[in-house]
Amino acid sequence: MTTSTQSRPLRILIAKPGLDGHDRGAKVIARALRDAGMEVIYTGLRQTPEMIAEAALQEDVDAVGLSILSGAHKSLLPRIVQVMRERGLGDVPVFAGGIIPNEDVADLKSAGIAGVFGPGTPIADIVSFIREHTPAHH
Amino acid sequence: MTQSPDLASDRRALARLITRIENGDPATRDLVARLYASAGQARVIGITGPPGCGKSTLVATLARRLRIRQTPAESSRPHVAIVAVDPSSPFSGGAILGDRVRMRDLSGDAGIFIRSMASRGALGGLAGATADVVSVLDGAGFDVILIETVGAGQLEVDIARIAQTVIVVEAPGAGDEVQAVKAGILEIADIVVVNKADREGAAQTIAALQSALDVSQPESAGAVAHKHGALAGARASDALRNTKTEASATGDAQWRIPILKTVALSGEGIEAVLTAIEAHAGYLRASGEGARRRARAVEQDVRARLADILARRALATIGREQYDALMAATVARAIHPAEAAEQLMNASWGK
Repeated sequence: MTTSTQSRPLRILIAKPGLDGHDRGAKVIARALRDAGMEVIYTGLRQTPEMIAEAALQEDVDAVGLSILSGAHKSLLPRIVQVMRERGLGDVPVFAGGIIPNEDVADLKSAGIAGVFGPGTPIADIVSFIREHTPAHH
Repeated sequence: MTQSPDLASDRRALARLITRIENGDPATRDLVARLYASAGQARVIGITGPPGCGKSTLVATLARRLRIRQTPAESSRPHVAIVAVDPSSPFSGGAILGDRVRMRDLSGDAGIFIRSMASRGALGGLAGATADVVSVLDGAGFDVILIETVGAGQLEVDIARIAQTVIVVEAPGAGDEVQAVKAGILEIADIVVVNKADREGAAQTIAALQSALDVSQPESAGAVAHKHGALAGARASDALRNTKTEASATGDAQWRIPILKTVALSGEGIEAVLTAIEAHAGYLRASGEGARRRARAVEQDVRARLADILARRALATIGREQYDALMAATVARAIHPAEAAEQLMNASWGK
């Protein structure tokens, strides 16, 4: 009998860029991903793009989730993708949630955000999105 | 990985190596062994204590102060690694690793590397891979490694095997005197810190801890020791690295566990903690206790790994049916778990 091979939990960074005053949504996502068997590194409020990229690097995460409510997504999210690319993390998928109007989604996707999830997105959709986008789990 | 990357400067390579160690990737074994051979230079400090006592904030404040206190020159500042362990969910296997929230201010400092680890089922307050991760960080050239355990109470004492100096953190009102005397993790303390000391009840907490320590080290008159005795040996200028500088000037044969007050959020009392850490390093060298502790820790580590190998080999030789039958018999209480384990061992023996 061979012992069951250890499953390797996915490591996901959940970060709050910008000046949002609360992080309830981010915490809900963090808990849901934990309950789906993932290891969630949670950074707390008011993270700069550089802080997020550096945390993603040090924690060697499989994906980065950004929660943003402030309306600054059009400038902040592309900037985060850019800083991550500068640090060699261009292969780490980035997804976003929070208050993001539909008309901005296309621009964000062309800036390198792999998925955008508005309020009310079922958690299961986010979980399967992450699993689909992290096949080459190093 | 066939050759050793420059892990100190290539943080991505270091981060990826840590992931592979966590995942038990056998291909990392040679590299881990090479780094183990060059490790032993770093100061390894464990920080433990109950949930909510301020461990993460204390770790962050210690790290920041270590970086800026001695030399203004950026290049000669000690490199600090932080390993922060949080529990995995026993149900999903997932985890929320939230220690970075309190370490936000360290984020811009390229001389600090922070890694969060999930305990992944280990029960001793660390993760199974923590020891290897620490020796990799040590071998990669970090000067100081701060390990934050999961929120710990009475059983989570594995940190004493990995750290040279264990700091047990308490907060006012966290427990009454009975809790302090019961003293699970207090037994592994080299330094006791009462954090959030600006809060009501700090004096009572210190008194309770003091009387608990007086019971366990009756000859020490600890209340006096923490004011002047044990700490006199360390000079603030002593390097934190384990270079073979002169021993603590007092050459203490005994270590008296100091109880120090801090307010980690404001930085109050942090310098005294760093001074105590240096004094403890001096004690470990002068008394020979450092070498004895390490020898004990290595022996325990080898034995734990031996047990792990034996269990895996035994299970690998046993058929699924026989295994399931034994488990079913044990569940039905037809045999005792000790007997089941014995039978598994015997069945695999000689195969």
